[in-house]
Amino acid sequence: MASHPSNESILNNLLIRLGIAGIFLYETIFSLFIPPYSLNLLLKQILFVGARSMLVIIIAGLFVGMVIALQFYDTLVRFGSVSLLGSAVGLSLTRELGPVLTALMVIGRTGSAMCAEIGIMRIENQIDALECMAIDPYRFLISPRILAGVLCVPILTAIFIVVGIFGGYFVGVILFDVSAGSYFQNMNDTVLSRDLLMGFIKSIVFGLLIVWISCEKGFNLHLNKNGAYGSEGVSRVTTEAVVIASIAILFSDYLLSALIL
Amino acid sequence: MENINSKNVLEVSNLNTWYGNKKILSNINLNVSHKEIMVIMGHSGSGKSTLLRYILGLEKTKTGLIRLLGKEVSKLNKKDLYKLRKRIGVAFQNGALFSSMTVRENIELPLYENTELDEKTIHIMSRLKLELMQLSGTESLMPSELSGGMLKRAGLARAVIMEPELLFFDEPSAGLDPITSAHLDNLILQLRDALNMSIIIVTHDLESAFKIADRITVLDKGEIIMTGDKEVIKKSHDPRIINMLERRAINETVDADDYLNRLTRN
Repeated sequence: MASHPSNESILNNLLIRLGIAGIFLYETIFSLFIPPYSLNLLLKQILFVGARSMLVIIIAGLFVGMVIALQFYDTLVRFGSVSLLGSAVGLSLTRELGPVLTALMVIGRTGSAMCAEIGIMRIENQIDALECMAIDPYRFLISPRILAGVLCVPILTAIFIVVGIFGGYFVGVILFDVSAGSYFQNMNDTVLSRDLLMGFIKSIVFGLLIVWISCEKGFNLHLNKNGAYGSEGVSRVTTEAVVIASIAILFSDYLLSALIL
Repeated sequence: MENINSKNVLEVSNLNTWYGNKKILSNINLNVSHKEIMVIMGHSGSGKSTLLRYILGLEKTKTGLIRLLGKEVSKLNKKDLYKLRKRIGVAFQNGALFSSMTVRENIELPLYENTELDEKTIHIMSRLKLELMQLSGTESLMPSELSGGMLKRAGLARAVIMEPELLFFDEPSAGLDPITSAHLDNLILQLRDALNMSIIIVTHDLESAFKIADRITVLDKGEIIMTGDKEVIKKSHDPRIINMLERRAINETVDADDYLNRLTRN
């Protein structure tokens, strides 16, 4: 009969995993300041994390904006307050849906790819090869990805919000005849700089979390206690990275909202 | 235990390592001198690659001493370890080339990262190494477009691009046909003479080992059972070495009842 791990050993393993992930982040941040600094590596990651995610973010932002407008219109019309549609769309996109949905899209598109790529590099000895060539793998592989995540996720979030607002405009103003002036004027009156700041802070934190979790999972694939190493190991850590990063985004979203509000 | 002297490029003494409670390497003592080709031989699972990882500082030792080019590996901080690694080259079994880079980008990477050389000089150096490995014309190919033998040679070109004092080569002949393998053996001998380096090779290929080695170390179950020149190894009376040299399978006499018990045990 298979023995079940005790609560104590689960807690021990969790603490060990957190410690390893913490050391990984420390090494990565430390390596940001170690020369040589390569703009090429950073630009390559910005292209991957940012530019190549743009289309999916635009499409997602458009439909999310449209569906929010549709739902709010249906609710607001019952209270005769359709003029507040712009405020509702603007606030929900800026504070919550923009940062969270952008982060979840980036996890699916970029985080999983990063985790799998670095995991394969680990099992094919490419990370050991870097070490043996006296090239710090944290500086060469992870730092450019972290920087690209922290830079690109806020920009992608901004694009998501702007496109979402125009998606809401299309449904509210063009389909349901809400006045364009009241749509934008109410949004302008209600969405404060504090709301924008909240979305901005969230997106920076989410960018860091996505890349940290995804890269750490792939990088430390060999430390996995469940024994899977080859292709199964890569698939397992990639799934774990997506699940853990998604939960971390939702948890930190609540935490940041509670702190900032 | 072997004598340790300052002219050795590698000195390992009393190295013991564990994985959990299982002992992996037991009381390893090994010296390699300047310009020597040392082959570490043993069957799969004998601990050869693990020993290599400890020597390279990819795993940390808790017992014993590993001195590489005069520096005690376990006592070095990250910066000094990287400084030391600039003086060594490592060619991995599968080449370990970066799949997103061309052959030339792979080979030039250590020069771009570790030196201040200009692009033109780096190109000349990589072209020289590619010619030495008979890989001219493959510069712009991706690793996925190379054969197994070409991957190994490209990995070797990257390992020697910084002209190291000591080269490590993990399983040079694994997965290669006999002709490509013989070609790689010749290359290794040429490299030692052309670049004046010491070479440590980990392999289980007898033919290759006896062709290129100055001395051979035989590992079995994590222990060194013999170190010596080719003739000493050939004349050994140790049954494990005789079995290995004659490519004989290790015979285990199994009692039928014991075997049945083992299979049916929960």
